[in-house]
Amino acid sequence: MKLHNISINNLRRRKAKMAFLTIGLAVGIATIVTLITLTKSMAGDIERKMDEFGANILITPQSNRLAMNYGGISLGGISFDQKEIKEADLAKIATIKNSKNISAVAPKVLGGAKVRSHDVLLVGVQFDKELRMKQWWKIFGDVPKAENELLLGSDAAKVLSVMTGDTLTVNGETMKVAGILDQTGSQDDSLVFGQLRKVQTLLGKEGKISLVEVAALCSGCPISDMVNQIAELLPDAKVNAIQQVVEGRLKALDQFRRFSFAMAGVVVLIGSLIVFVTMMGSVTERTTEIGVFRAIGFRKSHVMRIILLEAGLVSLLAGFVGYGVGMGGAKLALPFMAESKTAVLVWDPMVAVLALGLALVLGLLASLYPALHASKMDPTEALRAL
Amino acid sequence: MALIKIDNVKKQYVTGSDTVEALRGVDISIAEGEFVTIMGQSGSGKSTLLSILGGMNHPSTGSVEMAGIKLYELPGEKLADFRAENLGFVFQSFHLIPYLTAVENVMLPLAISRLGNKAKKEKALAALDQVGLAAKGDRLPNQLSGGEQERVAIARAIVNDPKILLADEPTGNLDSKTSDEVMALFRELNRNGQTVVMVTHNPENCQYADRTIRLKDGMVA
Repeated sequence: MKLHNISINNLRRRKAKMAFLTIGLAVGIATIVTLITLTKSMAGDIERKMDEFGANILITPQSNRLAMNYGGISLGGISFDQKEIKEADLAKIATIKNSKNISAVAPKVLGGAKVRSHDVLLVGVQFDKELRMKQWWKIFGDVPKAENELLLGSDAAKVLSVMTGDTLTVNGETMKVAGILDQTGSQDDSLVFGQLRKVQTLLGKEGKISLVEVAALCSGCPISDMVNQIAELLPDAKVNAIQQVVEGRLKALDQFRRFSFAMAGVVVLIGSLIVFVTMMGSVTERTTEIGVFRAIGFRKSHVMRIILLEAGLVSLLAGFVGYGVGMGGAKLALPFMAESKTAVLVWDPMVAVLALGLALVLGLLASLYPALHASKMDPTEALRAL
Repeated sequence: MALIKIDNVKKQYVTGSDTVEALRGVDISIAEGEFVTIMGQSGSGKSTLLSILGGMNHPSTGSVEMAGIKLYELPGEKLADFRAENLGFVFQSFHLIPYLTAVENVMLPLAISRLGNKAKKEKALAALDQVGLAAKGDRLPNQLSGGEQERVAIARAIVNDPKILLADEPTGNLDSKTSDEVMALFRELNRNGQTVVMVTHNPENCQYADRTIRLKDGMVA
């Protein structure tokens, strides 16, 4: 018989009390585990979703260009010493240190062309990569597959008066309109898209790229580092982070985290109160017992140890139960909470450690005052019979 | 030499504006191996005297000396250590711990000792044997009769070989037959050298004692 035997026997033979205390604390821990796991999983899902919204790094040719914009009206610009991006250099992007954070690299070649007496901006793209980056594109007709097929923005189609299946002559080449974009509200509406290789030929820019859009996965990705890494490999190019997109992503994630921390704080408070009230009730209920302990020579510290050991054991159990239930809850809730059906539940061992640690700290802190109160009980008052 | 020496002990309880004098100058001397009963009517101060003897209630004035140690001059938790090493308590309502078996209840005072688990269990079983309950060691208190619970409480009180056994109305909740058995047990323990101080209001219990101290209005009558 040691002091811990008293604690263990009390818990073992007062199952209802122990279950109540465990459930009270476990509910708090489970809520925290569910919130954290859901937030992590949803954050991952949002990151994936946001990466579908477009590029966040823009690579353009290095030039000493003087912008001639005023009040939103562009008057063109003066470029000198302009250097092109070589298509062969694109492979280098995949070799940067943070290459695993790159979701898609979409090169483009731009140039003016005369179509049906209209000046249009012809854009050569790799459609598979472009579509991966611009998942909001809705195409009437087909995605261009053959070399001489085009995709027209909605405004361009209107101005040129063409429908899918029609043919157009671009710089002397007959091209077929495979599809027309639904209105996007962006500059894409007035563009004419063709296969990269073909447009390079039509514009006489073989092997050259006008700009490259890069979509980076944002899960802790250091966009500025990636910008520097790409810039080092492509000294003739200007690499810029599209700050607005990056900041927007980070802000959305931050808001999620803040929400989950606030919720966790409330639940921690409620959990602590449950433990405190239950332990306080338990101590009051055991007044006579504590009086006996003191009468037979237990020190105050012995009484405290018995109470805190009980709290510690229940807290650990609540931590285990809470983690299990919390993860189960997160798994059940994720399909309803996440934006996409492909959201994956994040199993983070740190959450398990956090659940156990938090349960233990919470249980012990909330039981500290009841334990102190018990240890300070006057044995004569406690026993009353004496 | 007296094992217990109480000199001019007074105890006052202050409740609001009222002051109650529970003990008004008590002098008692009890020798080693003596069986002393303390008799008195309700409110005579006998329970207060027992709690002071048990090192759980500081007297307002006066001194309490046990085995040559001035009890209330012991610092901090040394008083608790003194109780653990020298005193055994038997309470009126037994006060067994409901979630511990009989043998575990008897082992309770040994939980804070440095003895090994085996030695603790052997001592507890020997104490249970002494009170005739060795066969029921595995039972929980609610599986025992009132008399058996009292015996377990006595075994718990003697398991650490205390110098002094203090009992507060130990037969108060028992029928007359069981009371006689319990008193005979106290007598037997005393014959084996155990000093016993018992508070009782039952005059029949006094026949088992060597001496009876009568209290009246907080003083020895």
